[in-house]
Amino acid sequence: MNEIFGTLGLQNTSFIFQLLIVLVKIAVVIAVTMLHVAYATYFERKVIGHMQVRLGPMRVGPHGLLQPIADGVKLFFKEDIIPTAADKTIFQIAPLVAVFATLSSLAVIPFFETFYIANINVGILYLFAMSSLGAYSIIMSGWSSNSKYSFLGGLRSSAQVVSYEIAMAFSLVSIMLMAGSLNLVEIVQAQQQYWYGMYLFPQIVAYVVFMIAAFAETNRTPFDLPEAESELVAGYFVEYSGMRFALFFLGEYIGMIVMSSLAVVCFWGGWTIPPILTQLFPFLSNIPGIFWFIIKVYFHIFLFYWVRATLPRYRYDKLMALGWKILIPVALGNLVVTSIIKYIF
Amino acid sequence: MTPGSYIPTEYFPVLILMLVSIAFGLGIILIGGLVRLRRPYKEKLTPYECGNPMVGAPREQFSIKFYIIAMLFVIFDVEAVFLYPWALVYENIGLYALIAMILFIDILLAGYVYAWSKKAFEW
Repeated sequence: MNEIFGTLGLQNTSFIFQLLIVLVKIAVVIAVTMLHVAYATYFERKVIGHMQVRLGPMRVGPHGLLQPIADGVKLFFKEDIIPTAADKTIFQIAPLVAVFATLSSLAVIPFFETFYIANINVGILYLFAMSSLGAYSIIMSGWSSNSKYSFLGGLRSSAQVVSYEIAMAFSLVSIMLMAGSLNLVEIVQAQQQYWYGMYLFPQIVAYVVFMIAAFAETNRTPFDLPEAESELVAGYFVEYSGMRFALFFLGEYIGMIVMSSLAVVCFWGGWTIPPILTQLFPFLSNIPGIFWFIIKVYFHIFLFYWVRATLPRYRYDKLMALGWKILIPVALGNLVVTSIIKYIF
Repeated sequence: MTPGSYIPTEYFPVLILMLVSIAFGLGIILIGGLVRLRRPYKEKLTPYECGNPMVGAPREQFSIKFYIIAMLFVIFDVEAVFLYPWALVYENIGLYALIAMILFIDILLAGYVYAWSKKAFEW
């Protein structure tokens, strides 16, 4: 056994130890994520409820606090219906792919200075690979369900996801150019050289493009055409029920966390705060980084809900026109301008 | 270092998380299978069409536009992937990298303008 561990580049005792540390980290990340997803649904219903002058869930527990648990238990006991016309194997695999793609994206997110599951030097590339994998679950579920609604939803969704992925990739290339790295930890550290400590101000154009693309990538309103309930019922997962539906739901909400974390890491300085603030108020440096990280991530998640409560759904031709005719040229132009400015200074 | 001897150990936690996330998804479905109801009947297992009997085939013809978008995606995503290593070494190469990449983007821009003029982005 020692020889195998030796070829893995690890000492035999430290291998078990490292494996344990990694497993504990993964357990913490998954547990926190699941708790977050449960209460993100509650938070969303409350936020949208209050924005529409309603109260949101109030019945289950004080202020409806036990509502997410009740929903989870209900989904757990629901029947798992697999239509006779469906392509059974692909139909059953598709939700697993959805949850796999988003959950494994969490591996490279640096939550604070020393807490990440893996610190690999192609972090952004890995995140793109995983978000592209998410498109497979949409196509697989849309095709295998053998139903008109899911077929149309799957087609629309895959075209939308691939279109906006290009704009998102171009907007993040400017960030890589500024930081000179694909490693998310190094990107956060590179932002500390400015007194305002974030790429948000020099790269405001890239940030706006990134956020619009992130809404489209996670299929959230105003770009939730794949699920447009007034025309497609629920889009690509119309035939799913019970726990398999819950996995798609889980995938969507973890996807929102991943996109918000990516926005925070690349544009908002991750777990750090602007150096000017720590110089003016030295006590701020005693607050652990995870605090700032969570505040920034929750601001972005709130933004998802805020936009959902504010904007109506886009028309499909306008959606594609926005992606191809506006976001891609703007992101490319921003990239060229960034590279010229970086060369001059 | 001899070729083939490098083992990317920093990717090891990623692999573990991938395995855990598959196990997580499977586990939820399998544990749910122990407690949930199973009462299938013929009507329940038909594709959902708002309660009406199904009309026609589910996989009808669809717009050619989706193919065009898929092809354009491949072109532009590969372009984006070419930009990643360029962005990493840009600081070391300088003006040569800048001019080379602006020329590269210009060539793709010509294709982009052509696609636009052929109304590939209109629906």
